[in-house]
Amino acid sequence: MNRQLDAEIETGLQFFGKMTASISHEIKNVMAIINESAGLLEDYSLMAEKGMPIDPERLKVVSDRVTNQIRRADSITKNLNSLAHSVDEFRKSVGIRETLELAMGLTERFADMRSVILDFHPPSDFLAVITSPFHLLNLIWQVLDFAIDASGAGKRVGLTFETGQTSVKIRFTGIEALTNEPSTVFPTAKEAALLDMLGATIHHNTKKGEINLVLPKDDRQQ
Amino acid sequence: MEKVLLVDDEKEFLEIMAERMEARDMNVTTTTSPKDALKKAQEESYDAVILDLMMPEMDGLETLKELKKKNPDLQVILLTGHATVQKGVEAMKLGATDLLEKPADLKILTEKIKKAHTKKMVLVQKKAEEKIRHILAEKGW
Repeated sequence: MNRQLDAEIETGLQFFGKMTASISHEIKNVMAIINESAGLLEDYSLMAEKGMPIDPERLKVVSDRVTNQIRRADSITKNLNSLAHSVDEFRKSVGIRETLELAMGLTERFADMRSVILDFHPPSDFLAVITSPFHLLNLIWQVLDFAIDASGAGKRVGLTFETGQTSVKIRFTGIEALTNEPSTVFPTAKEAALLDMLGATIHHNTKKGEINLVLPKDDRQQ
Repeated sequence: MEKVLLVDDEKEFLEIMAERMEARDMNVTTTTSPKDALKKAQEESYDAVILDLMMPEMDGLETLKELKKKNPDLQVILLTGHATVQKGVEAMKLGATDLLEKPADLKILTEKIKKAHTKKMVLVQKKAEEKIRHILAEKGW
């Protein structure tokens, strides 16, 4: 196997591993809350057996908590499922809005860990591109990861997209710490390989603190 | 009554744990912020600090390091959904009393808190004895 292919496989596996490790951690947190809620109900039943009155409102609080956590787990597993299916085909039509929503969902915990808020402001138009969904997700994650680190004091990274005739521009905003020579920092060789694979380009707007990812509507028309 | 500081970024987890632990006669203080935990641990004396390994602001190992720097005798139990062997070894090297994986059995956690309380009492007693010995040697009584 050649060196570039090895590096591409490594980048892809690292992304997949990082996402699934984060998801499993989140699922564990959900399970811990449900587990303790069950324990709390057990405590209440023991108290009731001893003749202590239990306020029904307390039971409702526990029930609401479990419902909320089930909803949270459902959203986490939906993201995991979409990530897993992103490798089904390496060239297909994908909705940009859905892909960005998935990328945001996968990145949210990483942003939380660094106390950064992610804002998604998609336009109302539906747009699909023909590309490799997994590699696109990987590239969006790499940009978001960099943007979160470079969000500066604002601690808020925005994401939106604009449709052109033959391409789509995905805008990452709020990157306050973009220097005048950002190309030395980002994209690295890892992102450059993904850009090459997707026929995409990255442009910095240091004045606005923005990174723009320009993606062809059809990766074979490049 | 054991005095416990519970640190986790999951607010709902903290609320339920606090209610369950208080029902078991523990005095529980909670916080979602590791920085606030450092402040609280400096202001109050706790028998045990239960600390999540992955948190915003400061990760659990970093918080553990700071807590032990300020008070080497502090008993810190790490509670995590993400326990790799490497992290576990690192935590123990940094002086963690124990490491439990989420979802944890409250019975086991309670036992570990009680053990931490006993250990703290032994350390406090040992320190008091050393202090008395030091005073006696210095004063020459």
